[in-house]
Amino acid sequence: MATDRQKVVIAVFLSVSFLFYSFYLYFSMPFKGYIKDQEACDGKMVWQHYNCNACHQIYGLGGYLGPDLTNEYSLKGKDVINAFLISGTSTMPVFHMSEKEMNDLVAFLKDVDRTGSADPRTFTIYPNGTIEQ
Amino acid sequence: MELLNNKQPVSSRLFILSGLLLLSAGLIFGLTGMLQYLIPGFLKTHLSFEKIRPLHVSSVVFWIIFAAIGSVTNYVQQHTGRAVYSRLLMKIQWFLFSITTILILISYCIGVFGGREYWEFPPLLALPIIIGWILFIFNFIKSVATFRNQPVYVWMWLTGVVFFLFTFLESYLWVFPYFRNNIVNDMTIQWKSYGSMVGAWNMLIYGCSIFLMEKISGDNKYGHSNIAFALYFTGLFNLMFNWGHHIYTLPSHHFIQYISYTVSMTELVILGRILWKWKSSLSEAKKHFHYIAFRFLVAADWWVFLTLLLAIMMSIPGVNVYTHGTHVTVAHTMGATIGINSFLLLAFAFDILHVNCLGAVPYTKYFSRAFWITNLSLFVFWISLILAGVEKARWLMSANRIPFSSMMLQIRPLFYILFISGFILASALLIIIYPLIKRQFECYFSMMSNTTVSSEAEI
Ligand code: HEC
Repeated sequence: MATDRQKVVIAVFLSVSFLFYSFYLYFSMPFKGYIKDQEACDGKMVWQHYNCNACHQIYGLGGYLGPDLTNEYSLKGKDVINAFLISGTSTMPVFHMSEKEMNDLVAFLKDVDRTGSADPRTFTIYPNGTIEQ
Repeated sequence: MELLNNKQPVSSRLFILSGLLLLSAGLIFGLTGMLQYLIPGFLKTHLSFEKIRPLHVSSVVFWIIFAAIGSVTNYVQQHTGRAVYSRLLMKIQWFLFSITTILILISYCIGVFGGREYWEFPPLLALPIIIGWILFIFNFIKSVATFRNQPVYVWMWLTGVVFFLFTFLESYLWVFPYFRNNIVNDMTIQWKSYGSMVGAWNMLIYGCSIFLMEKISGDNKYGHSNIAFALYFTGLFNLMFNWGHHIYTLPSHHFIQYISYTVSMTELVILGRILWKWKSSLSEAKKHFHYIAFRFLVAADWWVFLTLLLAIMMSIPGVNVYTHGTHVTVAHTMGATIGINSFLLLAFAFDILHVNCLGAVPYTKYFSRAFWITNLSLFVFWISLILAGVEKARWLMSANRIPFSSMMLQIRPLFYILFISGFILASALLIIIYPLIKRQFECYFSMMSNTTVSSEAEI
């Protein structure tokens, strides 16, 4: 039977690796030095404030009642986004946003759109099971 | 809250009872959300889906957390044979958690959000949870007293309490603009923390299930065996490094995908072990099947198998491309949180609560029926989610996509099945837990009028 000492060594080794991995990620973010405009940053907070994520997804993560909005900006454009925000749909409420909130949200969705594509049809799948965008 | 005045012992049972109440609420919110899928505009003015979804998610996540805390605290006391280090700390923790949970649910109802999956409440409300959790860690470590030659479940509990705190704090790094100002960075850290957090509460729950299994079978060899520790370290390894499967399709670092994919495949070892042990577990199951808590352990075994199978498949990036963003992911979550987490926690709830100051809770034939109906309806629910996911995946992959709303109309029949099976599932679960909840309240009421409380009831 393994001794306490052996178990502690394994646990410490795993924990140190985990901490290393975590802090490595914190300090080398995938989009390093990426400068964003203030509007987009504010727009993200508007997105969170109204909990859009409960019905919509970004990169496939979020609620499933509404469509994924990662590439909404390039697919549909600013006017469609504004139209939906102003009129809502049978399920999507009208949030009665201010002009600034709507502009910020559009800036946020524009910024999200720039980071990549969430369309699975654009991925390459390799025989070893890995994928690439 | 008159029930809980200072004269009464606030015990681990209270955590489980609060959890059961949250589970009941969570089931009702879940059904309401399902209705909103079927009836567009249902409750849109006051409780629209962006409120119902977090009400559902937070209620059930807090059911898991409350019940896990209660079970761990109770079993630690049974394990050491001593009372918990500080009842006062537990009491404070319970008050902090309960009040915060109520505030969180209220904040959703009035539409005040932090707006992030899974913690959709304003970040300020995370503070009391962090403080409460630190009290829990302190109380737990002091209660265990020595970590020499402990069985695997004590290791799992320790891992669970520590990692929950780490990942919970990590999930709030977004409050710093450095972490949140780019969506890819933000989501990378967000899903890193959530992926591991689920692993952390699983450690608490699986630890309790090993404890309970040993208690029922009267054989405590397993908890000290090498195989138990090998599986524990495999679990820990996955908790730490397999979270990347949530974000394979995010344009993040490539190495996250490779690490997660490789690490996830070690779960095949756990799957293999389940298959290997299947026959002997079955004969063991027959022996103890009359015991209510044991039935839930057996049911959870099946769900571990099904969920793990699905999880391993979804951990292959090439398969994940198809299932990501579809209801297959929801199927996996439901299998894991209902079939595994909730069933195990119900096993502990029965084990811990079913005898209280008023004696054993009487169980009628309804229980047996409800147990089977729960499992069957969950299976139908699970399969329908997978089918809905497959339909959505076909839509996502089709060269000429029809509009989103038309696709949703096409899978509507499956949503009907989901609602019906979900309704049966929730009803059966409520039938199962109602006598437990009722008996606890009766016990508290009788304790209030009678000061002689059996010490057994205080654990
Ligand atoms: C209660 C659920 C819900 C919430 C909350 C919600 N939406 Fe929607 N939204 C929907 C649904 C459902 C649709 C799809 C309508 C359709 O296609 O019929 C939609 C459509 C959209 C569209 C158009 C998509 C398209 O191209 O078809 C945009 C843009 C949008 N929502 C933005 C937002 C933003 C921004 C927020 C947060 C402020 C938000 N939504 C909150 C449910 C919701």
